[in-house]
Amino acid sequence: MFDLSATELSAAIKAKKISVTEAVSAYIERVEKNDKTLNAFVTVSKENALARAAEVQRRIDGGEALSPLAGVPVAVKDNISVKGVETACASKTLGGYVPVFSATVVERLEQAGMIIMGKLNMDEFAMGGSSETGARGAVHNPWDVSRVAGGSSGGSAAAVVSGEIPAALGSDTGGSIRQPCSFCGATGIKPTYGSVSRYGLIAYASSLDQIGPIGRDADDCAALLSVISGADEKDSTCVIKKPFDFPADCPSAAGLKIGVPRNYFGAGIDESVKKAVLAAAEEFKAAGYGVEDFEMPMMDYMVPAYYIIACAEASSNLSRYDGLKYGYRNADAKTLSDVYRLSRSEGFGIEVKRRIMLGSFVLSSGYYDAYYKKALQARYLIKEAYDALFGRFDMLISPVAPTSAYKIGENVGEPVKMYMGDIYTVSVNLAGLPAIALPCGFDEKALPVGFQLIGSAFSEKTLVGAARLYQSRTDFHTRRAPTGGEPQ
Amino acid sequence: MNWETVIGLEVHAELSTSSKIFCGCSTAFGGEPNTRVCPVCAGFPGTLPKLNRAVVEYAVLVGLALNCEITRQCKFDRKNYFYPDLPKAYQVSQLYAPICRNGRLDVRADGEEKSIGIREIHMEEDAGKLIHDARSGKTFMDFNRCGVPLIEIVTHPDLRTAAQVIAYLEKLRETLLYLGVCDCKMQEGSLRADVNLSVRQAGSPPGTRTEMKNLNSFRAIARAIDYETKRQTEILREGGSVLQETRRWDDEKGFSYGMRSKENAPDYRYFPEPDLLPVEIDDAWLNALEKRLPELAHQKRERYVKDCGVSEKEAVIITAHKNVSDLFETLSELSGSPVESAHLVTGEIMRLLNQNNILPEELSPDARGLAFLVRLVSEGKINRNAYKETVEAVFVRGADPEKYIAENNLMMLADDEEAAVAVAAAVAAVLAENPGAKADYRAGKEKAFGFLMGQVMKKLGGSGNPDTARKSLKAALGE
Repeated sequence: MFDLSATELSAAIKAKKISVTEAVSAYIERVEKNDKTLNAFVTVSKENALARAAEVQRRIDGGEALSPLAGVPVAVKDNISVKGVETACASKTLGGYVPVFSATVVERLEQAGMIIMGKLNMDEFAMGGSSETGARGAVHNPWDVSRVAGGSSGGSAAAVVSGEIPAALGSDTGGSIRQPCSFCGATGIKPTYGSVSRYGLIAYASSLDQIGPIGRDADDCAALLSVISGADEKDSTCVIKKPFDFPADCPSAAGLKIGVPRNYFGAGIDESVKKAVLAAAEEFKAAGYGVEDFEMPMMDYMVPAYYIIACAEASSNLSRYDGLKYGYRNADAKTLSDVYRLSRSEGFGIEVKRRIMLGSFVLSSGYYDAYYKKALQARYLIKEAYDALFGRFDMLISPVAPTSAYKIGENVGEPVKMYMGDIYTVSVNLAGLPAIALPCGFDEKALPVGFQLIGSAFSEKTLVGAARLYQSRTDFHTRRAPTGGEPQ
Repeated sequence: MNWETVIGLEVHAELSTSSKIFCGCSTAFGGEPNTRVCPVCAGFPGTLPKLNRAVVEYAVLVGLALNCEITRQCKFDRKNYFYPDLPKAYQVSQLYAPICRNGRLDVRADGEEKSIGIREIHMEEDAGKLIHDARSGKTFMDFNRCGVPLIEIVTHPDLRTAAQVIAYLEKLRETLLYLGVCDCKMQEGSLRADVNLSVRQAGSPPGTRTEMKNLNSFRAIARAIDYETKRQTEILREGGSVLQETRRWDDEKGFSYGMRSKENAPDYRYFPEPDLLPVEIDDAWLNALEKRLPELAHQKRERYVKDCGVSEKEAVIITAHKNVSDLFETLSELSGSPVESAHLVTGEIMRLLNQNNILPEELSPDARGLAFLVRLVSEGKINRNAYKETVEAVFVRGADPEKYIAENNLMMLADDEEAAVAVAAAVAAVLAENPGAKADYRAGKEKAFGFLMGQVMKKLGGSGNPDTARKSLKAALGE
């Protein structure tokens, strides 16, 4: 059963080869066995999941036509609200916070007959690229447990590739779906900004955040994305009209052109990553795509513009955690300013505080024009550059991260080095574009390496089509991590 | 030396939409604490605002009435500050692209017309309330008011005197009430004005200004302006300098005190609100709103005088409050007699409001009943005394006018033989009872006629027809 993809599992359930309860119980058992090592889950909702499983089974038995994912267990990142289940963004600040409503995406998963099995570990408030900054400890990479799983959706990617869950949701603000997929060998989609509702996603940077699927292959991601995408009256920035759909034959290679940003393969990138990604480009060429290189403009401005804008929004979004209404509060604080100062100083971790300080600084009077406004201008130019590129190319192929997974603790205390690791991913968020990340090989340490395909706004169908084609010609996505291949 | 006061106003008006600006919660005033809240207005993690289109429409109506340019693509911004009454720790407001700009409101004060420039109108959400319990020393948070829509109407520093400020505020209130977008109850805080004031020598550049808050009535505003003008003038006259600060007015003690210095004021770190798209106001929407713009007070005044034959003085009284002009229009329509309706509204109704301590905004009489009486009196079916008496009964006690008239026998007697006999009998009786007055009249004292006439009417009760009685009395005296 653990070899089945999410859509295959649903088909087996509908064909009565396996019951929903059997599937859910087996996955829960697997998490209970393996997750002590991986730490991918922060909450397993065992009772709820089993109750839901029985209910969904009844609906299937009753002949109700459910989605291609009905009966499949799924887990969501800890920044996605699930009614009645602690949703803490892996932060001490939100410890014990139990939402009274579910995120729109969670409601849609449930309507599709999926079973929410729990919450997945992450970097605190999705700020980080290693999933080691959270209050619940580091997520371990299933391929080498001494290494990070990437982040911030590290729990989602690790749980999927280790077979703890067939599919998961993550969120991507500057690469937080794609980078852990690359580090863990999973497939994930960062959808176009405005195609998936953010209602119930606890905000990090509102103009960049987007929820997306993480799965074992492009098919599962596409199936999940068609469930969660579509307009939502609770989110006015969700401008898409209809949910995506991905027919089995969605676009063929004929005539499609892929651009390769040659300056993405210069200084700073690991040789093994470079080789694997360029080999993927060759694979597309062999499959009949036009592949041509170009010089990506604005490269020096991507990371600074991203960190200014993301931190500015974060400083405002995280102001509501003041110790007064929910979450952590210093018990000894006597005055109002002490409640604020002590609760926030003790509730937030170092990386979150760093970003709040940076964001407050760039918005403060006298610095707004010099930093925030300049960053908005850079963002606009990056968008324009992409627009021009999509006049020439249907897609761009790029590395996801300059390296494979590094050791846990290796980069702690080196924020600038960490931030530079986001060089290939953040511009996609700044421009609001879709991208799909998928595995394309292993480095000399036997760690997975991924690449991403970037498309123009709402071109998810083209991206999924190309990823399906690639995965039909390669088997990197089928390799199973040693931790969790089968319960050991 | 000639000192000049320079004043600008920031007026916050709570819009009377039924639901809040970013969620579906009720905007009703009061209520048990935290009963009119939901995850969105309480700022729970993960919630997003959804703009209420009615708020945009109300703001545009105000902008049109104040001759503003309407921003076709206006945007929201976040104003960040920590305070327990603000659950998100930021207020969604408009800084960079407010919905209306460059308007004006013409007012009349100190015997001259003056045009007051409106710099901008912006939309924003209200904050909650803190309730301090002195006994326990605890502070409680009530989020019912969080997310109630507000507009802030900001003038240019065009005002010079307290009289101009009051004239501006009265006209603004009148306009908001006529538009039906705000109930303008200063006691409940649905209309709040902050006064920015500086003093300078005539012709000099503007001086340092202070901002005054906690002004809960027009009277308080006028007093606070006088106080602040004197305070600043004295400082400047003695060679001192005014501190730029926010001051709080204490109306009971009649003075203001500094709250916080502007130099140390919080830095609000404004930036564009990423959770809301820009609001596009296209031609179709704007045209529809222009059509919805109701007739405003000054337009009504003109029409009443020109088309309804109402006197200028009465038209001013009628239009001072929308409720009053609404009543006047209903009475005119139902009775078919605008002139008689205007007399009633400006005379008897105003007297009854005063006498019973009713505010014009609380006026809600039985218009149908009053219109019935207007018709009776203009058709000569009841006399003036009976009319006044019945109006009061209807207005104060909610009496049914037809029943009241019947029970008290107030309907004027018909002009028939029976009536003539009754009148003649009353006249004869009065003349017999008052020989002195009769003699006085015959001796040329015209005043005596009025006395005798009054006695006759009294004898006839409310049903007497004064014309018949006058004729009959004249005839009897002429004998």
